[in-house]
Amino acid sequence: MNEEPSKPCACEGKKTTRRDFLLAAGFGLNVIAGAAIGIPLVGYVLSAFFKPSQLEWIKLGPVGNFPEGKTRFATYENPVRREWDGETANIPCWVRRIKGDEFQVFAINCTHLGCPVRWFEESKLFMCPCHGGAFYEDGGHAAGPPPRGLYTYEFKVENGVLFIKGGDLPNLSNQNI
Amino acid sequence: MNKLLNAARGVFLWVDDRLHLVKLFESTAGHHVPQSSGSWFYVLGSATLLCFMIQLATGIMLAMVYVPSAAESYTTLQYLTYQQDLGWFLRAVHYWGSNFMVGIMLLHMTQVFLFGAYKYPREITWITGLALLGLTLGLAFTGQVMRFDEDAYWGLGIGAAILGRVPFLGEQMVNMMLGGPIIASETLSRFFALHVFVLPGGVLALVSIHLRMVLTKGISEYPQPGVLVRRETYDKEYAAILKKEGVPFFPKAISKDLVASAVVIFAILACAVIFGPKGPTGPPDPVQIDTLPRPDFYFLWIFAIAALMPDWMESVALLGGPVLIGLLLIALPFFNGTGERSWRRRPVAVMTVILVYVALGLLTYLGHTSPWSPDMDAWKGDPTPEQFIRGRSPLELQGSVVVQFMQCRNCHAIDGIGGHRGPDLADVGARLTKDQLIRQVIQGGGNMPAYGKNLSPDQVDAVVAFMVSLRPPGIPAARDSSQPGRPPME
Repeated sequence: MNEEPSKPCACEGKKTTRRDFLLAAGFGLNVIAGAAIGIPLVGYVLSAFFKPSQLEWIKLGPVGNFPEGKTRFATYENPVRREWDGETANIPCWVRRIKGDEFQVFAINCTHLGCPVRWFEESKLFMCPCHGGAFYEDGGHAAGPPPRGLYTYEFKVENGVLFIKGGDLPNLSNQNI
Repeated sequence: MNKLLNAARGVFLWVDDRLHLVKLFESTAGHHVPQSSGSWFYVLGSATLLCFMIQLATGIMLAMVYVPSAAESYTTLQYLTYQQDLGWFLRAVHYWGSNFMVGIMLLHMTQVFLFGAYKYPREITWITGLALLGLTLGLAFTGQVMRFDEDAYWGLGIGAAILGRVPFLGEQMVNMMLGGPIIASETLSRFFALHVFVLPGGVLALVSIHLRMVLTKGISEYPQPGVLVRRETYDKEYAAILKKEGVPFFPKAISKDLVASAVVIFAILACAVIFGPKGPTGPPDPVQIDTLPRPDFYFLWIFAIAALMPDWMESVALLGGPVLIGLLLIALPFFNGTGERSWRRRPVAVMTVILVYVALGLLTYLGHTSPWSPDMDAWKGDPTPEQFIRGRSPLELQGSVVVQFMQCRNCHAIDGIGGHRGPDLADVGARLTKDQLIRQVIQGGGNMPAYGKNLSPDQVDAVVAFMVSLRPPGIPAARDSSQPGRPPME
């Protein structure tokens, strides 16, 4: 590949040779091709990042299922479910009927790190099995590391049926109530 | 026979002429290392790599049967464990292999730290090692999710809850982690992709850089107290060591690595055969809330920190802690890159290691016993020890029943039986006066819920009467020291 010294280089001055042009074209084309492949790939991966959660009204059942003054376990099917979600699509929650159409529907997830809280009817406390968080009947923080009271779902009663607005995993970033 | 040998030799020479295998071998496995590095302390790196190889092999085989679908994976795990021939064994080897990999890697890191092997000129070896530790912990966490059972489901919930604490971008990051707004099929699929493609690929790439450094800058010589590392002279000194007492890694220095490899393999196989695979526990059904989510042992210390940290610093520590520790470790060879290497003259390094190990050990033990978790079934399952009932008045007996049915026992043991979140009640009557007990029961405080709204005055009377009676034999009830007529100090 040694150039003979007697032969002056063709690239003297600022003349672009065919070889230089090909090299530049090769680089340039690959940058464009890389972007053409890369941008959709990144978009595919990041689609979950930019897609906002869309909450939907979900039926929890007739209000008659929930006696006044009591807190009951209820489940619903995740509205964004896929065919192959299996049992992970069934989401539990706690429904407290105060009286009449007055409800509090609590997420199952502890506000500390998301473990499932359990209701104890006698002491009227929710207890978390992970780090010992405890909450009062109205969801207020009672003890332990949770930074706030239980998450609540927005609810409505229509024609004697209780609906909640759900579809995401309640955590500190998406629950402001 | 001779003809056959000659033919084989011919084939070998032909292959070597094309591929230059001998040259490759000489420049890699045959590279020279200081004789002093042929120490038992230097086998930990190759043992870690060996564990990774075992993980690769068993992982590929498990992937031949496992289905990464939220609806199916639990069934395939059951099938792997109970029906597929030797499926239980492969699952067990993969599980124990991961434990050994994390454990031996930590020992390797400790040895490198104590021997000052991260110092000049091996900064990149140290940093790629740190990245390998990060990837390995990533493999451990995603692997825990592959065992898609109730622990995996709620473990994902814990991960999402931690990411949800990120300011401003929390929701997006949770969605990114879960592959959607909620734990479901796409969560498992993306963790599968991470666990079997992305992270192992990263490990292979980094291992090659890690090993490349062993060839370019050499394995560190066994540290001698008083022999200091100087940027100006080290390379020359190292070359002199190699010249004076360098031996080819193969076949001179490899023997201890080989013995250690065999020991590690036997240990993994023994654990796999004796203890078997882990889980799966109950199905990943969020409706089954009768569950005690616990991470695998390498994350128990984080689980413990999350329980013990004060609320006000929790988000900062959970999110900032790993970044800070990572930056500190990366910076180590730059602010401490020269000088003494021997641990005999580096008391701060020795103290650091002792502190870290004691802290990790204690936190892991606490995470394992998790005394802060209520014992959810203690109130209906645990008996009241007989000596705390015998000879009690009807009011006190009534109180013992209230203590039981108000779930007090979930957090309070009596004589060791029950939850351990709050103090044991066996001697509470000797510690707290009647007034203090009434106040504590009604108002709570000190991490105890207030029971004022949930107990009738009669129930409070009964509970307090019972608790006043809970004292070791011969010890009087606690008395208010501000009241006149208190007994003289004993």
